[in-house]
Amino acid sequence: MAVKVSMKVNGKAVSEEVETRTLLVTFIREHLHLTGTHVGCDTAQCGACTVSMNGKAVKACSMLAMQAEGADIMTIEGVAKADGTLHPMQAAFKEHHGLQCGFCTPGMVMNAVDFATRHPGASEQEVRESLEGNLCRCTGYHNIVKSIMAGSKAMAGK
Amino acid sequence: MGAPLIGARIQRKEDYRFLTGAGQYTDDVTLPRQTYAAFVRSPHGHAKIKSINAAKAKAAPGVLAVYTGEDIAAAKLGGLPCGWLITDVNGQPMKEPPHPVLAQGKVHHVGEQVAVVIAETLDQARDAAELVQVDYEVLPAVADVRLARAKGAPQVHGIAPDNTCYVWALGDKAAVDAAFAKAAHVTKLDFVNNRLIPNAIEPRAANGSYSRADDAYTLYVASQNPHVERLLMTAFVMGLPEHKVRVVAGDVGGGFGSKIFLYAEDVVVTWAAKQLNRPVKWTADRSESFTSDAHGRDHHTIAELALDKDGKFLAMRVKTTANVGAYLSTFASCVPTILYATLLAGQYTTPAIHCEVTAVFTNTAPVDAYRGAGRPEATYVVERLVETAAREMKMDPAEIRRKNFIRSFPYQTPVALLYDIGDYDATMDAAQKLGDVAGYPARKKASAAKGKLRGMGYAAYIEACGIAPSAVAGSLGARAGLFEAGEVRVHPTGSVTVFTGSHSHGQGHETTFAQVVADRLGMPIENVDIVHGDTSKILFGMGTYGSRSIAVGGTAIVKALDKIIAKGKKIAAHLLEASEGDIEYANGVFKVTGTDKQKLFGEVAFAAYVPHNYPHDKLEPGLNENAFYDPANFTFPAGTYVCEVEVDPETGVVKVDRWTAVDDFGKIINPMIVEGQVHGGLTQGIGQALTEGAKYDSTGQLVTGSFMDYCIPRADDVPMFQVDTRETPCTHNPLGVKGCGEAGAIGAPAALINAITDALGVKDIAMPATPQNVWRTLNQKKAA
Amino acid sequence: MHAFNYHRPSNVNDAAALAAKSVDAKILAGGQSLVQAMKLRLAAPTDIVDLGTIKDLAGIKVDAKSVTIGAMTRHAEVEGSAEVKKAIPALAALAGMIGDRQVRNMGTLGGALANSDPAADYPAAVLGLGATITTTKGTHAADKFFKGLYETALRPGEIITSVSFPIPKRAAYMKFKNQASRFAIVGVFVADTGAGVRVAVTGAGPCALRLAEMEKALSAKFAPESVASLKIKSDGLNADLHASAEYRAHLITVMAKRAVEAAMK
Repeated sequence: MAVKVSMKVNGKAVSEEVETRTLLVTFIREHLHLTGTHVGCDTAQCGACTVSMNGKAVKACSMLAMQAEGADIMTIEGVAKADGTLHPMQAAFKEHHGLQCGFCTPGMVMNAVDFATRHPGASEQEVRESLEGNLCRCTGYHNIVKSIMAGSKAMAGK
Repeated sequence: MGAPLIGARIQRKEDYRFLTGAGQYTDDVTLPRQTYAAFVRSPHGHAKIKSINAAKAKAAPGVLAVYTGEDIAAAKLGGLPCGWLITDVNGQPMKEPPHPVLAQGKVHHVGEQVAVVIAETLDQARDAAELVQVDYEVLPAVADVRLARAKGAPQVHGIAPDNTCYVWALGDKAAVDAAFAKAAHVTKLDFVNNRLIPNAIEPRAANGSYSRADDAYTLYVASQNPHVERLLMTAFVMGLPEHKVRVVAGDVGGGFGSKIFLYAEDVVVTWAAKQLNRPVKWTADRSESFTSDAHGRDHHTIAELALDKDGKFLAMRVKTTANVGAYLSTFASCVPTILYATLLAGQYTTPAIHCEVTAVFTNTAPVDAYRGAGRPEATYVVERLVETAAREMKMDPAEIRRKNFIRSFPYQTPVALLYDIGDYDATMDAAQKLGDVAGYPARKKASAAKGKLRGMGYAAYIEACGIAPSAVAGSLGARAGLFEAGEVRVHPTGSVTVFTGSHSHGQGHETTFAQVVADRLGMPIENVDIVHGDTSKILFGMGTYGSRSIAVGGTAIVKALDKIIAKGKKIAAHLLEASEGDIEYANGVFKVTGTDKQKLFGEVAFAAYVPHNYPHDKLEPGLNENAFYDPANFTFPAGTYVCEVEVDPETGVVKVDRWTAVDDFGKIINPMIVEGQVHGGLTQGIGQALTEGAKYDSTGQLVTGSFMDYCIPRADDVPMFQVDTRETPCTHNPLGVKGCGEAGAIGAPAALINAITDALGVKDIAMPATPQNVWRTLNQKKAA
Repeated sequence: MHAFNYHRPSNVNDAAALAAKSVDAKILAGGQSLVQAMKLRLAAPTDIVDLGTIKDLAGIKVDAKSVTIGAMTRHAEVEGSAEVKKAIPALAALAGMIGDRQVRNMGTLGGALANSDPAADYPAAVLGLGATITTTKGTHAADKFFKGLYETALRPGEIITSVSFPIPKRAAYMKFKNQASRFAIVGVFVADTGAGVRVAVTGAGPCALRLAEMEKALSAKFAPESVASLKIKSDGLNADLHASAEYRAHLITVMAKRAVEAAMK
């Protein structure tokens, strides 16, 4: 069964015919060709597929595209400024070496931006707990935690 | 010039693309007229395939083809080769069962590739894969490494009686036996080094295509070594000339060993692309990764250490059974032998060591190199023995180590390796200081006051990296060389592109290698780009594993740079009308010694490409050099880890409270990146000791087949790490580097289990020390 | 994932009618369990009835006696609700322990209860607080709602619309997580209602269940020592790779003790 799905992605209205079984992440990657959102597991553990839906971090592999009908979606491609300047959270990941192979990174950044917005000044322990839904196999999280704490500060303008 | 680039914390050149979603991983590549593959996999650990009926699948919507083992046999595709020949103690070659890319008549592990369905869309391929009817006759299976050679155990391969691939030994058995006979104390341990599933977050992926116009193939693949992949695929499996196959491993989302190997899917999509004359893409879902990626470790070991009354090590005796799984993966045979037994001297002067390794086949996924590959297993043997011996002999675990440290270099171990340099006191001293070992008793008291059990453990590891001198490797059975290649292409205006056979999948080579180049040439790092991962661009490469990239790949680049500078001097001498011997090069400037006559690097490059005024009689135009480097020896990174745990005796939960790592990696190019490698390695080591353990049941079903049951560490499972380094530069490469990628995973498990057993007051605990395992261990202790 | 027909009803009665039409229809709330199962081809519904755009199914209302939460209220909203935190802090805390941040932004109360995963957190609160579940067909008392493994009192086409949690005098939830999945190996919810004590456990049986012995002991004296040495029988408890029945039985006691300690703080 084909259905029409419409939403806003990175500020741009998009509308496509899709099979009903299309996952949001498949819609983003295969239909919109925004390949920065990744798929690292099939049980909603790894968080590489994390995008922002109406300002909240969600796992795009765990929802149908239809569940995002009418929503405002932001993917990693929409985080930096139009002129290419990195978002403070992205800049913090770069400065603190919060990424290695880069595969989990988009999901980490999308979750971190949402978390930092809601929990400015979070402690190290709170940051670690906020990453319960994001797996990284490279960094040992040390520098991701540092990056999020620094990015959070930068976002708050401190 | 600015500050020196070697040793600088330069931010990574690759980060911008990863942070903005612009990375190009294999699954991100979608080609015109793309098709999609879904594999039908064995649901059984061991079974005969009685028949396969693909009629329904072939008729399903969108399906372009269904191939089975029969098609592969008809096409005369070879099996997957093993790259290392181990010779048995009786002089016989190891048993090498055929490893077909689609099963031929029998399946030997859950997840084995039985058929492939190729369709217009991925959903169609997966829908149709469910329609392929395979009639199996299920056979008894064996999965446990300890049961593989038991009487009456199911036989995995007819050609390997007792499921034995080889029995191999290293060391002087008579000397060891003699030393044990006069020992004042013997410490013995019997344990399993738990089976691990690598789980790079990017699943494996392959996208094969074929051009009739060129009669040539291109394979995009998540690989750590595209040239090796091409070599194995063309020469051994497909019978193709290499110049007709291009392998591209662009951005790769972590490897940890699991992407070194040539896998069946890579071959199948490449072959099928020609049959269909369309590109064929396959990307593993995580469930497939769990059952079909090569796993790691899985040893059963009985190890003994003989000591004199003062705690001096006299000899070590190790007997290991290593599970190689259902088939021999690319480097499976050398991991539990060459990369294991040779490391059993550790940092110590133990004069006699003997190790016997029996490699066994089981109905499980193939086992091959996983971060550390043999060296974590060796370190676990040595460092668990040493710590246990100290406790049994009531000695301080640091002191017993110091008493036995090697202090004179070069040092020939009794297990074949020649250590060039090291300073084990330096890393031990620094770790004890940084880890505030002096403050430990007070922390233990504080924990006890909260009802918690605190324990401390050390591991003083060594590894052999910079793999490897080809002649040595060849004499030990390697079927390939282990050099590396590099090319430096200077552009007419003086900027530089460097091509390396090393592969970066998280290591940051685009930055560290550029630091080396920019430092050597005395130019801004912005003027240097590093290219890797494409056989059509890079002259050759052996790839990245065994912490070899900077030591071997980096040295190849340095050698090419030296050729560039040498040629540049000739050009400059001509331009400056000086003798070549009088030209010196520093900070981007060719200068006549003792004068102010000079030419900038860019001017020399320009002269090479616009050779109007040029020594044509002596020199070719252009400024482009390549070099191959074959290392003279392994490198020997070493270090000391100290960790402290706090155990909740009510629940069995272990909290890793403090972790100190002091490593000697020789010269360091970028400390920021090195620290990141250590953090990641430590966390994988902590995973092995605390959370990760692949479990098969007796029928060969993988019980831990998803992240719901197989636990890789999360952010709240690990602490902030205290990381520092000491430096004894490697003596046999020009950069003085040793490599740092695997250290953490090598040293961490032993340190952590040493800390947990200390906290619990027990001799041993099996890995992983999950809460239930710790709780049971405490109960057993109470009952005893 | 298999193909299916997708429905987006505009009200809950239409949704119930659509869901009742086919035995293989499934109701989609947040989808955090259902979409997973469909992706792994473990569930293959012919029809999906998406509640996502139905108004009035989400929201939190608090009065003097109870907290009423709409079925489509996301876990994150309960976790972050100042009103819930004030009225039943243990309920907000429990919501904050479900899955992970991203899952909590999508997952719903109604979906979690209808699914009745043996290791889900919410059933412990529903049973522990003696909540009332309102559906399109009436109401269910918590004690009669959970019937077995993935089995509830809901009939085909019956949709949860809201859940009303009585406000206890004090309560707490203690969860012992599966390291890998982060579901509950054992989660114990203890509530001192004023009229008695309820103790509910999730993760230990086929569905959430109450522990009469502990309730009795705590009703006599609401203190950790009342349960600290109370041994739970392991017969019939769940057993898996991560926790044997014996270990679960032991953890129930430990978590119950810690829940009482927390409730008394």
